[in-house]
Amino acid sequence: MSKEKVIAIPNIATPNNPVTFDPDICNGCNHCVEVCQIDVYIPHPEKGKPPIVLHPEECWYCGCCVSDCPRPGAIEFKWALQHRGYWKNKATGEVHQI
Amino acid sequence: MSTWHDYLKEQGYAPDWPYPIRFEQEQEIDADVLVIGGGIAGCWAAISAARQGLSVVLVEKGDTIRSGAGGPGCDHWCNAPANPLSNVDPDEWAEHMAERPYCNGIGVQIQCREDWDTLLEMEQMGGKIRDTDDEYVGAIGRDEKTKLMLSPRYGWTHSYLPGAGKENAFIKSDKNEDIRTNVVIRVWGYTFKPALKKECKRLGVRIFDRVMATGLLTEKGDHGARVVGAMGFNNRTGEFMIFKSKSTILATAGGGSIWMLNTELGGYSNMMSRTTTGDGTVMAWKAGAELTKMEGTGVTRIATGHKHKWYTGAGDASYENVPIVDANGKVLPYPIQGWVDAGAMVPAPEVEQAIREGVLKGEYALPFYGDFPSMPDVERRATWNLMLGEESTTKIIIDTFNKAGYDESRDLLQSYKFIEGSSLPQWREPGYGGGLIVDWNLKTTLDGLYAAGTQMFSPEDHSYAAATGRYAGRKAADYAREVGESKISREQVDREKARVYAPVKRSGGMEWKELHAGIARAMQYYVSEFKTESLLNMGLDALQKIEEESVPLLFALDPHKLMRSLEDISLLTYAKIIIHASLARKASSFPLGLQRIDYPAVDPPEWKKFLTIKLENGKVKTGELPLTFWGNMKKKYEAHNKDYTGVYSGK
Ligand SMILES: Cc1cc2nc3c(=O)[nH]c(=O)nc-3n(C[C@H](O)[C@H](O)[C@H](O)COP(=O)(O)OP(=O)(O)OC[C@H]3O[C@@H](n4cnc5c(N)ncnc54)[C@H](O)[C@@H]3O)c2cc1C
Ligand code: SF4
Ligand code: SF4
Repeated sequence: MSKEKVIAIPNIATPNNPVTFDPDICNGCNHCVEVCQIDVYIPHPEKGKPPIVLHPEECWYCGCCVSDCPRPGAIEFKWALQHRGYWKNKATGEVHQI
Repeated sequence: MSTWHDYLKEQGYAPDWPYPIRFEQEQEIDADVLVIGGGIAGCWAAISAARQGLSVVLVEKGDTIRSGAGGPGCDHWCNAPANPLSNVDPDEWAEHMAERPYCNGIGVQIQCREDWDTLLEMEQMGGKIRDTDDEYVGAIGRDEKTKLMLSPRYGWTHSYLPGAGKENAFIKSDKNEDIRTNVVIRVWGYTFKPALKKECKRLGVRIFDRVMATGLLTEKGDHGARVVGAMGFNNRTGEFMIFKSKSTILATAGGGSIWMLNTELGGYSNMMSRTTTGDGTVMAWKAGAELTKMEGTGVTRIATGHKHKWYTGAGDASYENVPIVDANGKVLPYPIQGWVDAGAMVPAPEVEQAIREGVLKGEYALPFYGDFPSMPDVERRATWNLMLGEESTTKIIIDTFNKAGYDESRDLLQSYKFIEGSSLPQWREPGYGGGLIVDWNLKTTLDGLYAAGTQMFSPEDHSYAAATGRYAGRKAADYAREVGESKISREQVDREKARVYAPVKRSGGMEWKELHAGIARAMQYYVSEFKTESLLNMGLDALQKIEEESVPLLFALDPHKLMRSLEDISLLTYAKIIIHASLARKASSFPLGLQRIDYPAVDPPEWKKFLTIKLENGKVKTGELPLTFWGNMKKKYEAHNKDYTGVYSGK
């Protein structure tokens, strides 16, 4: 069983995770914070760390934060479950979801 | 770790607000030309005014680098009949475009005359408009000499409907050849917005990013008087901003998301950014400017992020040139927005009905798919990589799909048409096509105030926003050169400050999301698909109650939430204007999407006119304008643009 401390917080805003960061690649340059027209992010208080997703439910999924990041792999786009599209292999008929 | 609650768990406390808090503090800025809204129209307006040598200030709610509906891209430069490959006369084509009822003939004429010049200036700034890397050699519509890539759109007529309008009326050919208009150009629009911001900076435009404008300043603070600037606040710091100007251009686009009950879907299902909340329209309304077409209602269109992004899900028929097939691979009779149907996107009503019946009878099996694999390779790439790769908000779709294993040469892309029902009435676009009335200088009915792009009534597309922004910049600069200094009214500033900061003075009450949902619900109940006088009046009462009882409870914990709160107050006023306009039109209308149960006659001749609406002495005043109030488009344009110098040749 997890020994993690349990804190009392309200329900979190959903969808909650428009992106995830790879802290090993991201250098906290905050370019993504600047290109986001919604201000989904705030800079991390500690310099060099990936930004914090503060207003995830306001994201309009424009993708600019990911497409404009200068460090490939630092930030990955995550479609919310209800937005994940489907495709079908024309030859085999196999259906996939993103 | 990336979420707020991760931080909380790790640190044991929430992060501090990362920006300095400056509520109530003031900054005053002077400019010749003030541009509000740094989207497509706003950036172009700022650039063209600055190129006239004037001092220009640009105020943007987000960050100009990617803000607005066109910030993430644009795949079609929609109406450039003056381009060298065009087969139509720009003025004749403009007349034809303006035959669409309730369009904006002034904007259309400007677009048709100046869109090609605008695109060449985009190229000067570093935007990519040609296939210089020879990626699409062999694609239909690609011109080897100029390397321009034509789009099938508007191939024969202005319409997205197959067979609509006067087919080939513009093509001067004796033979029965298939000659296209060639007015729409495929472009690499992902490169555009950063280039526009860069050019603004190079020209010395002072950009104020993350500032939400909230109100206009008028001479002596009088309603209906000359506009002499604007007020707003920084949505990161809360600092109050006072902009004094000789002329002001509004370019904040129209309104969005009023019908969207769920705030978490804010910004979806319309052609607008999440930041578009009717602010500019409401500011102008409060200052006394006249609006029109606010009673229009549109169905959901392409959206953002949501699976509705795919055209088939949104009511449009297709992706460009991609056949739509059923679950067994049978081709559906949808137009495919392609070369075969000259860019038609929307099925004719009989075709839509036939498909519907086919589905019910089992003739067409659900779900439907976009059959990318059946396309010739170069056409497929032109659609997937160029069109979807460059259109606003779609680059991320193709990138993430490909990364997840989708192969467009092998896989069919699912469509959501029918399997989720068609567009719900409560998801309709509010005040669709409504906006500020302008004259041939793109001046509004208030002195000193200009408008451009989708801020004006009957908006069109990206290139329209660009061309009209560029034009408004020129005209506002001319005006600024003529007028003298003006004084702003301290009383007006103090009134606005009291209004703006009210929500941060409370720490409890009602949060913006609840207000938003309440407004949306009132609109869904009373201003939805079917309208009657009594329903509309009930809607007005409901909104009035919200204004009197809920708005005074609004609280905001930080500058960002203050912005969202004030946006919803804008939307509330915007919603009321829509109802007033809907009440004034005592007839149903097909092009306006208006169904009045109490006035069922559709577009009777006496109602074929624009209804205008403005605030006068605290009362709503309606009026009317003829459907083509702009007069002879070619003559009027020429009379107003004797000094037009074409493509920028300065340094
Ligand atoms: C998903 C999608 C795809 C599209 N694809 C195409 C395409 O391929 N081709 C095409 O021609 N068109 C396309 N369009 C339409 C095109 O993007 C718009 O027509 C164009 O961006 C409109 O320009 P605008 O300047 O009027 O508005 P916008 O570009 O939206 O700019 C308005 C700006 O005003 C700012 N603003 C709002 N309120 C305030 C305030 N109170 N204070 C300060 N600033 C404020 C906003 O932040 C925004 O930056 C698409 C739109 C969408 C949503
Ligand atoms: S994700 Fe990319 S853009 Fe954002 S802070 Fe990290 S490195 Fe910079
Ligand atoms: S996808 Fe767009 S709106 Fe969402 S966080 Fe990234 S930049 Fe912001």
